[in-house]
Amino acid sequence: MKVSVMADLAATGTQPEILFWVGCSGSFDVRAQKITRAFAAILNKLNIQYAILGKEEACTGDPARRAGNEFLFQMMAYNNIQVLNGYGIKKIVTTCPHCFNILKNEYPELGGHYEVIHHTVFLQQLIDEGKIVMKEDGPFKGKKITYHDSCYLGRANGIYEAPRKILEALDIALTEMKRCGSKGLCCGAGGAQMFKEDEPGNKRINIERTEEALQTNANIIAAACPFCNTMMTDGVKNKEKEAEVQVLDIAELIEQSMA
Amino acid sequence: MHIIPQLVFILILAAGIYLFSAKARYIRKNILMGRDEVLNDRPELRWRNVLLLAFGQKKMFKNPLVAVMHFIIYAGFIIINIEVLEIILDGILGTHRLFAAPLGPMYALLINLFECLAVGVIVVCVIFLVRRNILHIRRFMSKDLNGWPRSDANYILITEIILMSLFLTMNATDTLLQSRGYGHYAEHITGNFLFSEKLHSPFNGLSSGQLAFIERSAWWLHIVGIIAFLNYLPYSKHLHILLAFPNAYYASLEPKGKMHNMPDIQKEVRYAMQPELIPANAPQATAHKFGARDVMDLSWKNLLDAYACTECGRCTAACPANITGKLLSPRMIMMKTRDRLEEVGQKRKAMQNWQDDGKSLLHDYITEEELRACTTCNACVEECPVSISPLDIILQMRRYLIMEESNAPQEWNSTFSNIENNFAPWKFSPEERDQWAKD
Repeated sequence: MKVSVMADLAATGTQPEILFWVGCSGSFDVRAQKITRAFAAILNKLNIQYAILGKEEACTGDPARRAGNEFLFQMMAYNNIQVLNGYGIKKIVTTCPHCFNILKNEYPELGGHYEVIHHTVFLQQLIDEGKIVMKEDGPFKGKKITYHDSCYLGRANGIYEAPRKILEALDIALTEMKRCGSKGLCCGAGGAQMFKEDEPGNKRINIERTEEALQTNANIIAAACPFCNTMMTDGVKNKEKEAEVQVLDIAELIEQSMA
Repeated sequence: MHIIPQLVFILILAAGIYLFSAKARYIRKNILMGRDEVLNDRPELRWRNVLLLAFGQKKMFKNPLVAVMHFIIYAGFIIINIEVLEIILDGILGTHRLFAAPLGPMYALLINLFECLAVGVIVVCVIFLVRRNILHIRRFMSKDLNGWPRSDANYILITEIILMSLFLTMNATDTLLQSRGYGHYAEHITGNFLFSEKLHSPFNGLSSGQLAFIERSAWWLHIVGIIAFLNYLPYSKHLHILLAFPNAYYASLEPKGKMHNMPDIQKEVRYAMQPELIPANAPQATAHKFGARDVMDLSWKNLLDAYACTECGRCTAACPANITGKLLSPRMIMMKTRDRLEEVGQKRKAMQNWQDDGKSLLHDYITEEELRACTTCNACVEECPVSISPLDIILQMRRYLIMEESNAPQEWNSTFSNIENNFAPWKFSPEERDQWAKD
């Protein structure tokens, strides 16, 4: 697919409207790549001028910082800010709430000042502006869906409404889990837990959350974070429900429903 | 002769206030053992938090029924203080119902309101005792509360019931004596009050002398009880009734997802990347301690948090790690921090220039396993009705584990080396980062 890389654009002296920060999961994880492609497809369809950093993008340092490795975080942040500032980036959109949180809240005091937007907020604005138009009979119409709040989007940054408004626009019946919104239960991946085994306990966190999602009898579990997506997908597989229940990102839902 | 009760009263009151203020100074000193942190920007937002979170108990209203019940105790506690003011003045001046004459008909109205609150407090305290001890509510049955914390909570509820009962007894016997025109009670005719009137029947059979004895006993026990309760607060989870207010004022105004920066490391990394920025006469790097090992390494706000914690366990009930059986309990993080702080405080008090007891908050109180179970999901911070952040403590101790002890699970060490060498937490080639666009 056609995706501009920042270095190429800079060589021709063009500045894109937005920089799409893909994130490590969106770049390398096979499942998350589909989310990345869905979001890029939406941008392409709407003729939005955007670029990615491509090979110049690097981990924001989120897992390192939250595990306690501040040195490694500061190194990653320093290099990323050098690259972003070097290109004069003003506006960043990202599909990962962890990247979103750290770019928006933690890079400014290190010298990285950008307008940072999570893709759910960005897409909701496009729907509001009438730029994204849905099919008359979308593939998800009438399906039962539940939305899993990402901690780094919800509690960490107070974004609860945008993803829900998008689901409304898709004409999907939203069934909330008992723990939702500010009371939403974590998928178990945050704070660098994604990269290690759970500590000893009687259950994995993603299983606990998946069981709650399955109790709603939803056909689709919507997520807005590649880590949540992985955890919930694993949970659904563990419960042997992958034939009946799909875990999809908000971007994928929109991409498949666009006219 | 008349002067003796007054003198005794003044003595008890003075002793109560002296002891409490000495303890308050001790607690303040303990809190200030913590690292400095400037938290006084945007005062308008901070006062707003005091109003909404502390006075308004906004977070409590996530569960409206419990919130209303808690609010009755709280309102009872605050408003009945007006009555306590009268009692104290009566005690000092040797008067009886000092406010009755100047307030006129308003007085009976006020006492009626206090009686409503007193009955409300008794009812709610009984319900809370049942909730804590009989209904199987997970956060109250939890082993976190085994021993002193569970007794502490029950003592408080029982004390409140006793204090309110004494207040009603005092009013019942007083109004009965008024109607009998007995002694000085006849000089302040207030008329009967809403609830204490209902208590007249059991007292009716007693002689006026016996009634006066009961009235005086109730009066004395009530006020001495309140002074004793005040001095019990600093040893109890009930300290939250005072510290919830400063804790709301000093609560973080940043988005919950934002971690504290470490400017020392930021500077070190910048100098490593751009050595030309190092000032020529830069002082030699001093020995730093990164992260927190003990209570003195935490910020004073973390320590204020520890004293403000009322051990309600809403944090732990919402914690994904705790829900799934992990060792981590955010409530225990706060309780252990307070325990360790008290231990250090006592040792410092006992010994001038006390430095080290070979113990620390990390390892001796809080284990690696607890710290490593945290997903940083902020559920505990979101839940806390008194603006505590257990997460902030967890993250500082994680920093110490990694940066001072190089103590990380093997998987995290691989993650770190991947981030450092491959610029992603997984071992992929950075060359393939944009491969997704090419397929």
